[in-house]
Amino acid sequence: MAGIKLQNLRKNYGAHEVIRGVDIDIADGEFCVFVGPSGCGKSTLLRMIAGLEDISGGTLEIGGKRVNDVQPRERGVAMVFQSYAIFPHMSVRENMAFGLTISGASKSEKAEKVQRAAEILQMEHLLDRRPSQLSGGQRQRVAIGRAITRNPTVFLFDEPLSNLDAALRMDMRMEIGKLHKQLGATMIYVTHDQVEAMTLADKIVVLRDGLVMQAGSPMELYHNPANRFVAGFLGAPSMNFLEVEIVEADGETAKVAHSSMEPIIVPVRGRSFAPGDTGLLGLRPQYVTACAPDQGILHGQVSLVERLGSETVVDLTMQNGKSLIAAFSEDKQFERGERIDLAFEPARTHLFHPDE
Amino acid sequence: MSVIGSDNRNLRLGVRYLVLILIALIFVLPLLFMVMSSFKPSDALLRDSSSLRAFLPVGQLSLDNYTGAFERAPVGLFVFNSIFVTGTTVLLSLLICSLAGFSFVFLHWRGRDLMLSIILATFIVPFETIAIPLLLEVSKLPWLGLDGLSWGWLDSYRVQIIPWIADGLTIFLFVQYFKGLPGELIEAARVEGASWFQIYRRVVIPLSGPVIATAAILKFLVMYNQYLWPLIVVQQEQYRPVMVGLQYFFQLNPAWGEIMAYLTLITVPVLAFYLVLQKAFIASIASTGVKG
Repeated sequence: MAGIKLQNLRKNYGAHEVIRGVDIDIADGEFCVFVGPSGCGKSTLLRMIAGLEDISGGTLEIGGKRVNDVQPRERGVAMVFQSYAIFPHMSVRENMAFGLTISGASKSEKAEKVQRAAEILQMEHLLDRRPSQLSGGQRQRVAIGRAITRNPTVFLFDEPLSNLDAALRMDMRMEIGKLHKQLGATMIYVTHDQVEAMTLADKIVVLRDGLVMQAGSPMELYHNPANRFVAGFLGAPSMNFLEVEIVEADGETAKVAHSSMEPIIVPVRGRSFAPGDTGLLGLRPQYVTACAPDQGILHGQVSLVERLGSETVVDLTMQNGKSLIAAFSEDKQFERGERIDLAFEPARTHLFHPDE
Repeated sequence: MSVIGSDNRNLRLGVRYLVLILIALIFVLPLLFMVMSSFKPSDALLRDSSSLRAFLPVGQLSLDNYTGAFERAPVGLFVFNSIFVTGTTVLLSLLICSLAGFSFVFLHWRGRDLMLSIILATFIVPFETIAIPLLLEVSKLPWLGLDGLSWGWLDSYRVQIIPWIADGLTIFLFVQYFKGLPGELIEAARVEGASWFQIYRRVVIPLSGPVIATAAILKFLVMYNQYLWPLIVVQQEQYRPVMVGLQYFFQLNPAWGEIMAYLTLITVPVLAFYLVLQKAFIASIASTGVKG
């Protein structure tokens, strides 16, 4: 097992810099998820760790050893690809034993390790099949099995579940979580799905335009987002942002005003504001509650309702014409055009500068 | 409406089949003429050639032309020479050109794109323009054989094989096919610890059946039909291939019956080779759009 350290890591394609100085520390045995929108560089970063992309600058250490110029096969990593990348001309058994065959392992060693991996993934009955005879989920298991047999120090997953349907994705997500507990290996997982990130990770690294926006535990990022991007990226539905005017401010709190609500006092969480400044008040849809008429802080008209059974998501149009999303934790019935009064705890909001 | 529609469909289908049959006849009739004529005496063959009898097994049929062909020329030796030269060239060509294609697609080296452009440019150079310079070159090349060092490659198998191993078209076929292979398979193999040669041998080649079949058939046809090059580099009968052997039948009075028998005999290996690889060849054309 091994920890991974990225120091000022950079990647250029000609004059275009796609990774712009990334610093990340991943502890031995940690499950780290790189998350971010398309084109943020998360897959590139993973491929740099795997050795599939050259490193333009900075240092990459695996297990305390600098591996910038080390070939992929000598890095002790195994990788699971989005398209599975299992060899179509080999049986499941041959696919899983591929790395061992390449390294010249004995027949008995191969048989033993393939059997163990197959048991972990509950796929002993599939070993003699060809990839074309497998479903998407089974193919992904083969790809994970191939990674397990080599007993690598680091597992890399590049959006491994994005080709699976929703139900299978959830099953496989849980299996990957269990696998991590079982093997105790260092794992790096790339995804654009924040649910995968929140549920699997010990540490989430949020990336944007080749830079780390924030790294930390899922709850740390959820409750204390470092900036507006992280706040908006994590959480479903996304955080609402209301443009507010700062009426009063001290080091701890600020009094903010908005055309659709009465002035309220909110925490500033280390940021500094001055009266007259414009701020963005972040409000998670889950922290909004419906209240009795004329008792709420905010008012809005229902424009769309999504009833999910355990949750009801409502898109409201506020007095200023802007939209606000509220998510109620039970099945509620609303009519389109209905006026609702909403309340929330000011202490649970986040106040950002507009340019964050 | 539906009856009229059905009639129209049948008519269209009928016309389509008629056109296909006519096209097929254009290719089949000369072969049929060759095979039928090979069993007829020369005078009957010439007499029949102006009528439909030319394509039918009618008149006095015998195997005399075949025995005559074997008496006039060492047919067995020529066929062996052609198959040996063709088979060796095809195998070496598949190896060398697939390695070159692999290098052009998967390895990163300085000047790679320029080199590929130069190789592809050789497509447009007809062989006739380089035949004489190539002849001068091979006539002076050294060779280390069992008898020690010698100079000049003329009158040998190697002069018929080595200059034909690598060619732009075969390399191009492999490059195009390899480009279509999923890049993640190669990357997965790299991460799993495979060296470049292991990736070539264990991943790329096993997945390249269709392009190997296409390249093999195209090369086989080019090599088996070689005429000009062996004509100028081989003087001894010992190394002569089948196409050059045809000359034996055109001295003084052409023996048309024996010529047809000889042509029938030398067509058999080509047909056999094509039939063996036919399935993969068609699969390759269907999957890659590569046409021979």
